[in-house]
Amino acid sequence: MSAGQPPLDSPEIRRLTPVLGPGHTYGSVTDKISAIVLTRPTSFGWFVGFAIAFSLMGMMTIAIAWLVTKGTGIWGINIPIGWGFAIVNFVWWIGIGHAGTLISAILFLLNQKWRTSINRFAEAMTLFAVACAGIFPLIHTGRPWLAYWMFPYPSTMGIWPQFRSPLIWDVFAVSTYGTVSLLFWFVGLIPDLATLRDRSIKKPAQIIYGMLAMGWRGSARHWHRYQSAYLLLAGLATPLVLSVHTVVSFDFAIAIVPGWHTTIFPPYFVAGAIYSGFAMVLTIAIPLRKAYNLEDFITMRHLDNMAKVMLATGLIVAYGYFFEFFMSLYSGNKFDVFLVQQRLHGPYAPFYYALILCNILTPQLLWFYKMRHNVAVLFIMSIVVNIGMWLERFVIVVISLTRDFMPSAWGRYSPTFWDWATFIGTIGMFVMLIFLFVRVLPAISIAEMRELVAETSEENK
Amino acid sequence: MDRMSDHEQSERFAANAKSNGQAHDHAEHDHDHHDDHEEDAAPGNHRLDLAAVRAKLQASAGSGKQYWRSLEELSNDPHFEELLHREFPRQASEWDESVDRRDFLKLMAASLALGGISGCGRAPEEHIVPYVKQPDGLVLGKPQFYATAMPFGADAIGLLVESHEGRPTKIEGNPDHPSSLGGTDVFAQASILDLYDADRAQTVTHLGEISTWSAFLDSAQTLGAAAKGSGGAGLRILTGTITSPTLAAQLESLLKLYPQVKWHQWEPAGSDGVREGAKLAFGRYVNTVYRPENAEVILSLDADFLVSGPGHIRYMKEFYRRRNLDQYVEADRLGLEMNRLYVVEPTPSVTGASADHRLPLRASDVALFARALAAKLGLGGGSASLPPAAEKWLDAVVKDLQKYPRRTLVVAGEQQPAEVHALAHVINAALGNVGTTVYYTEPVEANPLNHLESLRALCADMDAGKVDTLLILGVNPVYTAPHDWDFTSKLKKVATSIHLSSHFDETSDYCHWHIAESHFLETWGDARAFDGTVSVIQPLIAPLYRTHSAYEVLAAFSDKPGISAYDAVRDRLKAANASGDFEKFWRKTLHDGTVANTAFAPITAVAKVDPASLPAAKSASEDEIEFLFRPDPTMHDGRYANNGWLQELPKPVTKLTWDNAALISPKTAEKLGLTHDVAWRGGEHGKIYSNVVDIALSNSKVTAAAWILPGQADGVIVLPLGYGRKKAGYTGSNKGFNAYVVRTSDGLWRASAPASVVKKTGDDYPLACTQYHFNMEGRQILATGTLEEYHKNPAFPHEGAAAPPPELSLYKGKEEYPDVRYKWAMAIDLNKCNGCNACVVACQSENNIAVVGKDQVMRGREMHWIRIDRYYKAETPTNDPSSYNDSLDNPETFFQPVPCQQCENAPCEQVCPVGATVHSAEGLNDMVYNRCIGTRYCSNNCPYKVRRFNFLRFQDWETPTLKLLRNPEVTVRSRGVMEKCTYCIQRINTGRIEAEKQNRAVRDGEIVTACEAACPAEAIVFGDANDPNSRVSRLRAQKRNYSILSELNSRPRTTYLGAVRNPNPELANSSGSAKKEPA
Repeated sequence: MSAGQPPLDSPEIRRLTPVLGPGHTYGSVTDKISAIVLTRPTSFGWFVGFAIAFSLMGMMTIAIAWLVTKGTGIWGINIPIGWGFAIVNFVWWIGIGHAGTLISAILFLLNQKWRTSINRFAEAMTLFAVACAGIFPLIHTGRPWLAYWMFPYPSTMGIWPQFRSPLIWDVFAVSTYGTVSLLFWFVGLIPDLATLRDRSIKKPAQIIYGMLAMGWRGSARHWHRYQSAYLLLAGLATPLVLSVHTVVSFDFAIAIVPGWHTTIFPPYFVAGAIYSGFAMVLTIAIPLRKAYNLEDFITMRHLDNMAKVMLATGLIVAYGYFFEFFMSLYSGNKFDVFLVQQRLHGPYAPFYYALILCNILTPQLLWFYKMRHNVAVLFIMSIVVNIGMWLERFVIVVISLTRDFMPSAWGRYSPTFWDWATFIGTIGMFVMLIFLFVRVLPAISIAEMRELVAETSEENK
Repeated sequence: MDRMSDHEQSERFAANAKSNGQAHDHAEHDHDHHDDHEEDAAPGNHRLDLAAVRAKLQASAGSGKQYWRSLEELSNDPHFEELLHREFPRQASEWDESVDRRDFLKLMAASLALGGISGCGRAPEEHIVPYVKQPDGLVLGKPQFYATAMPFGADAIGLLVESHEGRPTKIEGNPDHPSSLGGTDVFAQASILDLYDADRAQTVTHLGEISTWSAFLDSAQTLGAAAKGSGGAGLRILTGTITSPTLAAQLESLLKLYPQVKWHQWEPAGSDGVREGAKLAFGRYVNTVYRPENAEVILSLDADFLVSGPGHIRYMKEFYRRRNLDQYVEADRLGLEMNRLYVVEPTPSVTGASADHRLPLRASDVALFARALAAKLGLGGGSASLPPAAEKWLDAVVKDLQKYPRRTLVVAGEQQPAEVHALAHVINAALGNVGTTVYYTEPVEANPLNHLESLRALCADMDAGKVDTLLILGVNPVYTAPHDWDFTSKLKKVATSIHLSSHFDETSDYCHWHIAESHFLETWGDARAFDGTVSVIQPLIAPLYRTHSAYEVLAAFSDKPGISAYDAVRDRLKAANASGDFEKFWRKTLHDGTVANTAFAPITAVAKVDPASLPAAKSASEDEIEFLFRPDPTMHDGRYANNGWLQELPKPVTKLTWDNAALISPKTAEKLGLTHDVAWRGGEHGKIYSNVVDIALSNSKVTAAAWILPGQADGVIVLPLGYGRKKAGYTGSNKGFNAYVVRTSDGLWRASAPASVVKKTGDDYPLACTQYHFNMEGRQILATGTLEEYHKNPAFPHEGAAAPPPELSLYKGKEEYPDVRYKWAMAIDLNKCNGCNACVVACQSENNIAVVGKDQVMRGREMHWIRIDRYYKAETPTNDPSSYNDSLDNPETFFQPVPCQQCENAPCEQVCPVGATVHSAEGLNDMVYNRCIGTRYCSNNCPYKVRRFNFLRFQDWETPTLKLLRNPEVTVRSRGVMEKCTYCIQRINTGRIEAEKQNRAVRDGEIVTACEAACPAEAIVFGDANDPNSRVSRLRAQKRNYSILSELNSRPRTTYLGAVRNPNPELANSSGSAKKEPA
């Protein structure tokens, strides 16, 4: 924020905080965004960050290699807790992905201008989160080299997957989601890739960007086709935002385990996904705008809006928690009632309280304007919500399994080193991909920003 | 089932021997081949000088024929010389040089390894060629069954052993044998694993070096000749309890040959109390046989007679036959509808836990109780002061006993002193039970004597240097002898000690000779059962290693050295049955498994003792702690320490595996400040941290993990024997703590000391406990009631939970399977289960179930397909501390075997993404291992948690002997695959195919699952529920038949019959024990 601005909480500012900083032209926008990729020297910080993230990913690779060598027994799972960190992390990562699609598709259809400067990296985040998520269902199987049996491929034995299993629905939901997200992202990138092709001075970059730009020349016909394709893909991606996490929630809701078998899961999972997704977008946006001086493009208006979405979805999630409890108690089903007791008084109760603190109590601060406009608070809040949503998955997946129907089989779960190594490793992989992305692709859509310049200048007239 | 006689046997052995030879040749060939390879790496890198070679050849021309091996030799090349020198033996030059430490170690390691390989004798047998002549009755792929018997203490358990192409794989009870009647126990089931134990001693060793049997024979003859002069004065023989007539005859003839030889016996978990009690009562040793079937009321004075002691399998069978609640059992029986069992005991045993009334009393108070009982029955003996609650309990018992004259039974425990046994004999006589529920015979043991005194005499003689040669047969006194006698140092004084044992154990370490002992499935032999019946022990396989039996070792000292066990047994039997066609008789004996008409006839024994004349029982003082030594439920006296199945078997009441622990009552634990802590990894279903205590007892000290055991009498600490072995083998060494270290000759079973001897060390020790949670949390899982409640409402198990009506299903009729031929189902009568675990081991043996080890059990990953859940009945929820304490002091205990429930509406099937668990046409829930990718979703969705996952590669694929052990009809699962109970699908298929071949339906009882076959109580019944007359259908038709968690609508095929206890109305308020009475 530049020095000449009036105090933050003045009513005019509140209304007028722009989605694009003042004084930008087509050229300045293009210069600024493409410079990050093309001309700006790669900073030492980038290398340090990349190296750390890369080594974490290396740790994940080792952990997975060891897993394949020894078996899932290197994790903390057991009977009765058949699913542990792998599924917790899978659901968490998939949820994080949601915000990207929501921003780029739904907000696009709803014609929300403020999405423009955040949609690109939010979508990238979606892809990377889905990639991280996709690792887990594969490696958590006892024999990962046979996991392809979950796909309906033409087997000579004539065997199909068992379509009644929600895990098969997962396969379809997640792979569709991944594909559509990738296409959507790539289509949106084409004009920018052409810009980079035209602006790069090095031969290899010209060739690579040129190939990726697929012959984009910026003709009116191109733009016309591009706009329709983008709109169509946005329309296609929109239901996926809702369907993916709904299907993921079926993994639990279909089962008979108390704490899983709940009809409220689909909407509550979707809300939770958007909640954690926006938290992750904030977690990325705040350092990004700082590092590359993008405060003009990712303004306080964006942060404020995202905080509001978080607050809203957080409240939906809180409602979900409340009704999960209420329905358990109201049903009179002894297993469900017991589950409530377990969450409140069982051995894992601290996790539940931590979850309430992270997901329900802390985000209430976002009601306050000052809080929403304090970047540091927002950043911390986004981390807290990410932790909270991870805890939610832990509570649902693991704790429900520790004490189900047969008291004789009750057990406990605690993760091993390899559980942590895999989890932290995926975070490393995610961060590494984000670093690479920022370095080689425009983190903000140049083409759309130019449109925004045109539109805001019209507004300003 | 086909059984074979020796004729076929010998042929089979011949075939084995043949193929053995082949296997051996093959191995040698491999060795040669190996050598060739290494020779390629010849030293030196030089040019061959052909000119020099020619010159040399020419120079030597005319000096006669010459042979040369190679051009190199001719060239007289120094490199070649070196090569020759080094070639054989390869390390020769190394030896000449001074050897540094590193090379020395390398060479030693290599020679040890080689020594091991060549010293192990024959490699495990593998048939690599088909039979040239097919043995009679053998169809490849079809198992055969042979009758044999397992000697165990003063008993022999009759067995039928399944054999696949010459290798025994599974043990079943012999229905024609009086000690088994078809049932087995954990030890019999697990004994097959001992046969294939890779840690078994494999050959004769002398002073730690591999020797030969003939060297031993020479040595034995020399020793015998030397001892001849003194009549064998320096020769001593130490054995365990022996019931084998042949061994007895051999020993007798040896004693004739050397009149001064002494035969000592030592059975660490033996029963001197039983023997001395009989002597006290009758003036001589007699054998007591019970007939629980005839008893209406049974009182056990600290006797775990259902699972331990001679005849226990039969007793269990008979006892539980009187606990049928079937409508089709004759209704007009005199007496009680169900028998009633009272148990007085210091620590919860299997028998006590399943009793109708249980009174926890300190072991010393049990004697008081017996005296008071005798007094109440008017037998004299003065009054003893009992706690008021016990007094009231006793009154009720006395009334009950008197109500059914001649149809009651009082059993005294093996660990109780002689007085209690004498009192039991007197009381049984007074109640008129002799002849109906108890009878006496001549002793079954070959030479009954007081083992403690016998060992004491041996120790004294060894110490005095009177023992030149000590022959130890099958026992392990260095580990088991009372520690105050310091057997080890005395053993060192013996000039020649010879030890026969299956493993090179603690005792073998101190003996000069060690003879590897044959397993009972490898050698001929015989043994008497608890009632005197003689069984011929028939081997199922030629010895896997160079092992020998006690028969051969004894023969080595006799005038007939080298006689085989087969000849010894046959000759004795021939001598005993001189008349008639012996061959026919022999074949019939082998086929039946018993020698006809050898059961002892009852003798008249009159208890002559006056209770008043017995030494007054001393009750341990209140502030003292009573330490009890008890044989471990799975390790017995320690002999099974290296048996992985038994190590991993959860102990019936504590559910501990891989360890023993000092068992402490809740109140005493509170006093001592001891607790448990549930670990996060594994938790209640795996890992419990317990406080470690130091127990300083009788000048020695033992450090043990403390385990709080509800139902144990206050002030009692039980130290289970059988753990802490130093040299048991890979599986068994250094597990648990060694209670023998504090066991002395004065306190063989009981020692008391002030509480201060127990000190908390502050350390915690992780114990692998498979079920820590013991409360049902008010769920409908194990339905229990009293007989009265049962009469009021026979359908009591259905209270509080009901399955949704079938009309609600969208798939109407689909789950009922009326249109298929068979509807397999299992009914488990909880009335009859006492948690003895025989089914668990039987299942492990039948289904090739892996042993996972303590670490994995602690992570909650044990693999048993059938588990036995143990619940304590609490009237109130666990969270109320007062009721908690109350029910902890003497809880009603119930056991529930849980195999796969085989749900018709199976939750596991719907969630499997690849269809690896599917419904069979006959309604079973089948597991397709090949198809399983291991998502574990099925296990999560299984409400009964009966599925087991191969988290790691749990199966041992390397040990060659274990390959022989496995049931070829069951897949050996690898890692990443889910598995579970299949109702022994391989047996179902065999039975169905057999029936189809004969174009008929499967008969009821034709197919028995492994658990059902093993169960001595006949609690598990499997069959076709579509046949209304099958046993399982009749059980399912009973009103107390219910399924666990029926409200989930999973519709299990495994159903349970609610447990009905038969409390005495006088004692029963509700839960029926003394605890409810105001003290």
